[in-house]
Amino acid sequence: MRVINATQITDTIRQMCIDACCDMPENVYIALKKAKDSERSPFGKEILTQLISNIEISREKQMPACQDTGMAVIFADVGQDVHIEGDLFGAIEEGVRRGYKDGYLRASTTDPLSRKNPGDNTPPIVHYNIVPGDKLTLHMAPKGFGSENMSALKMLTPSSGLEGVKAFIIDTVKNAGANPCPPIVLGIGIGGTMEKAALIAKRQLLREIGEVNPDPELAALENELLEKINNLGIGPGGLGGDTTALAVFIDTYPTHIAGLPVAVNMQCHAARHKSAII
Amino acid sequence: MAIINITAPATREQLANINIGDTVLLSGTIYTARDAAHKRLMSMIASGDPLPINIKNACIYYTGPCPEKPGDIIGSCGPTTSSRMDSYAPTLMDLGQTIMVGKGLRSKDVIDAMVRNGAVYLAATGGAGALLASCVKAKRTVAFPELLSEAIYELEIANMPLICAIDSRGTSLYEEGIKTYKK
Repeated sequence: MRVINATQITDTIRQMCIDACCDMPENVYIALKKAKDSERSPFGKEILTQLISNIEISREKQMPACQDTGMAVIFADVGQDVHIEGDLFGAIEEGVRRGYKDGYLRASTTDPLSRKNPGDNTPPIVHYNIVPGDKLTLHMAPKGFGSENMSALKMLTPSSGLEGVKAFIIDTVKNAGANPCPPIVLGIGIGGTMEKAALIAKRQLLREIGEVNPDPELAALENELLEKINNLGIGPGGLGGDTTALAVFIDTYPTHIAGLPVAVNMQCHAARHKSAII
Repeated sequence: MAIINITAPATREQLANINIGDTVLLSGTIYTARDAAHKRLMSMIASGDPLPINIKNACIYYTGPCPEKPGDIIGSCGPTTSSRMDSYAPTLMDLGQTIMVGKGLRSKDVIDAMVRNGAVYLAATGGAGALLASCVKAKRTVAFPELLSEAIYELEIANMPLICAIDSRGTSLYEEGIKTYKK
């Protein structure tokens, strides 16, 4: 058993919160630059130019690229040969509390009914996986709600087939229009149960733009959907244009003979995430 | 697609010549307000209490900024999704508000109220919070500090780059733009 102290987890999460919000991924920066070159709409070009310059300012000033620094979503892949000394959830939560305070990040997490905001962006959302090995892998992905609110899940039935899946995904993007801050990134989960589909969709958002799906059929489906979405004309900021999405990421899981769940998790261009292995 | 300089607060007459697609460089004094602040304003209006802001010819920016670092004026402050304010916006426009700054689609009720009151809806770039913060020259808390980022702040801004998404005639760039680029 390898021993990891909870304090180390807290320190790691704290830094990941700040870095995720203030240092946008290079793959997003490159994708925005590429999109700006091919965008036909003058408004689209202007918005992409602003987003590129925004990332540069954010990095230079160590300031969050977007004021919606999100709910703190963490994937914790815990090696089964790891022993954690202390409370794992408590350690992650304390890391989030410190990261959001020390990084001057916005506290957006609130009670759903009373709407009372504790002011420290806790508690985080933590998804645990037990995996082989003696390492703890952490992914921190702050999730903004302009895009989260436009996400959707549908329990399709087998007769809908692949065509039904595609239609649901396209409709979700179409109905969202300007609201999720296009250009967007889509995480899609097909199959499993209701919660499994949603979790796959969320985890797909950890992928890098430009990374090809190892499954050739899914890779082809991702390309087909990306093209169809960009043909919708929604464009940057929803003001019309060619760049509605930067990437579509899909994964599947076996489902029930009676079902075909599909989850679409919307992500704005700020596809922020940081990873660490302890 | 003109470039127009506007100083807030602004009268309906000063906004009448703005068309969809025009770039508006907004300066002057504006208020921030989002979900929770709007809800409070509505209950003040319902109970006949005076509002903590001067709503006549006012500009409201739908944003909840990040806390500022020591020495900074404001933290990252991009727009939030405007449609969540759709149920409140017509009441405020009928009381005199003339400019809304935010992002995303608006309801028919909001557009009707815009036409009725000669108001404009200007789109800020969603996600460009660090860039937009550089347009803010001063910040003062006006109401509801306990709402943290959702408090109402008065901002002095200079040349905030915005695009007119819906003009005072109710024409929407969201509809026209998509038609142009749909394949």
